Amino acid sequence: MLLSHVVHTAATEVCFPSPLSVLQGEGPRASCGAGAGQDVGRSCILVSIGGKNVMLDCGMHMGFSDDRRFPDFSYITRNGRLTDFLDCVIISHFHLDHCGALPYFSEMVGYDGPIYMTQPTQAICPILLEDYRKIAVDKKGEANFFTSQMIKDCMKKVVAVHLHQTVQVDDELEIKAYYAGHVLGAAMFQIKVGSESVVYTGDYNMTPDRHLGAAWIDKCRPNLLITESTYATTIRDSKRCRERDFLKKVHETVERGGKVLIPVFALGRAQELCILLETFWERMDLKAPIYFSTGLTEKANHYYKLFIPWTNQKIRKTFVQRNMFEFKHIKAFDRAFADSPGPMVVFATPGMLHAGQSLQIFRKWAGSERNMVIMPGYCVQGTVGHKILSGQRKLEMEGRQVLEVKMQVEYMSFSAHADAKGIMQLVGQAEPENVLLVHGEAKKMEFLKQKIEQEFRVSCYMPANGETVTLSTSPSIPVGISLGLLKREMAQGLLPDAKKPRLLHGTLIMKDSNFRLVSSEQALKELGLAEHQLRFTCRVHLHDTRKEQETALRVYSHLKSVLKDHCVQHLPDGSVTVESILIQAAAHSEDPSTKVLLVSWTYQDEELGSYLTSLLKKGLPQAS
Amino acid sequence: MMALPYITEHTGFTGTVYATEPTVQIGRLLMEELVNFIERVPKAQSASLWKNKDTQRLLPSPLKDAVEVSTWRRCYTMQEVNSALSKIQLVGYSQKIELFGAVQVTPLSSGYALGSSNWIIQSHYEKVSYVSGSSLLTTHPQPMDQASLKNSDVLILTGLTQIPTANPDGMVGEFCSNLALTVRNGGNVLVPCYPSGVIYDLLECLYQYIDSAGLSSIPFYFISPVANSSLEFSQIFAEWLCHNKQTKVYLPEPPFPHAELIQTNKLKHYPSIHGDFSNDFRQPCVVFTGHPSLRFGDVVHFMELWGKSSLNTVIFTEPDFSYLEALAPYQPLAMKCIYCPIDTRLNFIQVSKLLKEVQPLHVVCPEQYTQPPPAQSHRVDLMIDCQPPAMSYRRAEVLALPFRRRYEKIEIMPELADSLVPMEIKPGISLATVSAVLHTKDNKHVLQPPPRPAQPTGGKKRKRPSDDIPDCKVLKPLLSGSIPVEQFVQTLEKHGFSDIKVEDTAKGHIVLLQEAETLIQIEEDSTHIICDNDEVLRVRLRDLVLKFLQKF
Repeated sequence: MLLSHVVHTAATEVCFPSPLSVLQGEGPRASCGAGAGQDVGRSCILVSIGGKNVMLDCGMHMGFSDDRRFPDFSYITRNGRLTDFLDCVIISHFHLDHCGALPYFSEMVGYDGPIYMTQPTQAICPILLEDYRKIAVDKKGEANFFTSQMIKDCMKKVVAVHLHQTVQVDDELEIKAYYAGHVLGAAMFQIKVGSESVVYTGDYNMTPDRHLGAAWIDKCRPNLLITESTYATTIRDSKRCRERDFLKKVHETVERGGKVLIPVFALGRAQELCILLETFWERMDLKAPIYFSTGLTEKANHYYKLFIPWTNQKIRKTFVQRNMFEFKHIKAFDRAFADSPGPMVVFATPGMLHAGQSLQIFRKWAGSERNMVIMPGYCVQGTVGHKILSGQRKLEMEGRQVLEVKMQVEYMSFSAHADAKGIMQLVGQAEPENVLLVHGEAKKMEFLKQKIEQEFRVSCYMPANGETVTLSTSPSIPVGISLGLLKREMAQGLLPDAKKPRLLHGTLIMKDSNFRLVSSEQALKELGLAEHQLRFTCRVHLHDTRKEQETALRVYSHLKSVLKDHCVQHLPDGSVTVESILIQAAAHSEDPSTKVLLVSWTYQDEELGSYLTSLLKKGLPQAS
Repeated sequence: MMALPYITEHTGFTGTVYATEPTVQIGRLLMEELVNFIERVPKAQSASLWKNKDTQRLLPSPLKDAVEVSTWRRCYTMQEVNSALSKIQLVGYSQKIELFGAVQVTPLSSGYALGSSNWIIQSHYEKVSYVSGSSLLTTHPQPMDQASLKNSDVLILTGLTQIPTANPDGMVGEFCSNLALTVRNGGNVLVPCYPSGVIYDLLECLYQYIDSAGLSSIPFYFISPVANSSLEFSQIFAEWLCHNKQTKVYLPEPPFPHAELIQTNKLKHYPSIHGDFSNDFRQPCVVFTGHPSLRFGDVVHFMELWGKSSLNTVIFTEPDFSYLEALAPYQPLAMKCIYCPIDTRLNFIQVSKLLKEVQPLHVVCPEQYTQPPPAQSHRVDLMIDCQPPAMSYRRAEVLALPFRRRYEKIEIMPELADSLVPMEIKPGISLATVSAVLHTKDNKHVLQPPPRPAQPTGGKKRKRPSDDIPDCKVLKPLLSGSIPVEQFVQTLEKHGFSDIKVEDTAKGHIVLLQEAETLIQIEEDSTHIICDNDEVLRVRLRDLVLKFLQKF
């Protein structure tokens, strides 16, 4: 039986080489909607590592309002409860495409295990879920949706994790969060079982912005890095340029008396743009009003204030003097303001123009070419935002009404995803063995995949929904080595010929699942076994008429000259030793001109002993 | 932490310092306040000759009794503080920090203050816990993490309560009632305190207390150069707070009620008594200010202002200084002095409870905890009592900890593991001999499969005989077991040896192969083959013997 098999049985589920399988649990249905698996719709990934199953994110698709909006959880386990199958669920950040299906998953499908997320995510997530629920159920009248109570019950299963804290999910599975930028509380997660590990980035941002810092991870060398690839091909121009561009457009529109609509999500980009406009208004002394659509605003800003340690360095340093999230120029929006004349800037939720206030205002303002809508983030296929961005100017609204869009439509990538450069940077930081791209569009991912494979010489995967990627890892086996043995070996490693590979010899004692490597002597002692000494003595006949002592002396000088690297000694009793091999010369009982050399060695010195006998057999060189 | 600049700036220290974020931020505030207080009163000259031992001996008390005066240092500057803090690397609770691949260090919540930590220092086989300044009481910080301290080989315990006889809860009650009494009588209350820590709890108690006690019109002043920062910072470290306060953030509400006190103008904070404060100042009032030693800081002004009236009260809550000594230079005083030390750190009852729970193999603590306090030598309950007895240490003493390292972790590469062949020696115990190449890098050890022996170069003539000398470093396994003579003889016969004679000896047997002139001595723990120089024969015999033995 090989050791690997022993380990297999000892450590229960672990098999070596163990398959590490990753599958996107979105189900086959996704293909009929939003352009197959490589998609920015909903994130939901299932990772099996070292016998543990972890679900990463539990997002929903904003472009759908039927069954397709939630992941197909029957994909994870066809029969049996999710709680029994999943060891834990990890949510990377509060965006609905990463956590929107959570109450559906935990309360309606049924999952009672732990759900891990950072504290800001834990605080903000239920609010966004409730907000979304209201739009879906109260406004659109959707059935089969989760209730407020379900959101609350779901959040009770959440365990908060701190940055860099090592959370021991169970004896073998541990997770660790890293700062990801992107939005308040966004985190990347390292999932580790034994010596195998996976890093899941969620969404991240490698350049600090006006309110958040840059993502960072240490050189943790995971077996697999699962990274988002929303902007797989974009190398975004410098942030400053984009900001200047944005301000210029807003300014121009306001100057000519137009209205600017900026659809945003209540938390995240909105705060960054507010800071930007606030400082610009102050500097330029502009008078046009800026509004923020009601509801979340004040509350949202309050969260930012309380979670200052999660923002960028500048805000953290100055928050005592001036809290960046208290705005002077930005006021709460009232529905009636939309019809009032004159220029204004309105931030309205939600960000993809798929429902709610932003859509209402859009419909009101779309008809005038003086107005402008600025889409500061990515829009999912199927949303109004996506339609107008792709150039559609006639939109079919509910009730066969057609809305003609005359207002200017601008897209500005402010959404805080890493661009291609950033993704490469992160891969370089973490030094993974394999990379898996998710949360992006297939064509762009293909480009990035090639780039990663070229530059880092690691394999890169981009599975479609429902597809499984299996990686084989070859984890080494940790054992305890006795310090005595280790020190002995290390000391010898310091000798001059240390360059030569040296063999460490020891005995591995396996008792239950406890593996210890000790010196052979210690192993025998521990097991109460006595050493069995095996000794050989060979008689070598030499023709030599001289006395035994002289023969011995000749043997000594001969060996001394041949075996320069060995310790050859002539002992007072007339015998010769080479290392621990003993050579004695005796007279032959019958033939006085022949001497018998008795060469004696133990089994451990066999090579040298057998070499010596053959050497001596050749005879001694003639004495000079 | 307050002495950190002395180590990082003056000793040539070049290492990294690890601390949690609240520790760094609040530590900075405390140091900033100290530096500010000291720099307000610059000294034109400083005396140092008195520190000479012979001179000091002759001085009056308390100068005479001061210890280690030669080690006294000037206070650091803000520049040194910033430089010291820049050397800190931030860590979070339960974060595993690898040091040189040899040990792992982990901070744990100690429950005493915002971000206060106990530390675990562990290798793969040994674990040392450092427990200092911990609290089991429920105040504002995250509760103490006890579970992670379990299975320690050694637990170093220090930073216990300085007032083991006082109950913090009772003291808080006394504090509130004395405060209310004084204010009702038209007097002012002075609370000498640090700008962070217990003050948060006191403000919270007062928040609940003032309305019921009818004190809502009394102004509370918090005067410190870092008062504003301290109050603001306390609100943003939600993750380091107890569960109750954490849940407030989800609402979202500030975790501490002093935000509301500030909003409703009941609590006002000022950087110093100069400026705005002099305009707003109304009496009677309650003033929180430093420094608790009463030797510097704004508190000195209030002592002088209010000391002469018996209506006023000074309430000592910080346990670091003897209140009698603090008051000594102000005597005679008419104002009332109340001593309500609030020290939430572990007392001896809690220590024994903790040790029972955590069960370390050995406890190490400062000497003074192993005997009753000198002033109360009959109180044998005021010392650490554990089995085996705690090992004590003194200043500048080096202590050898009572454990021996026996094992270290080593990784066996999968290719090597595949080649190992374990055999079961006893039920449940298997052995495998390992011959491998040891690689060590960054204190991590890896065993790799031995390199394949170079293919023997067939008919090629060797140039020098020494090429052929075997490398004696190729190790042969040890052998174990014994050889049953009869079976051995049978085996020999099976392999074509005839003419076998067996002789019994005192210790075993001698097997004679007469034809080959070979003698095999077999004893319990040894076998000796004596033969002519016939390598083929010897190897054949060897292999037959080895069949009966186990290799290690």
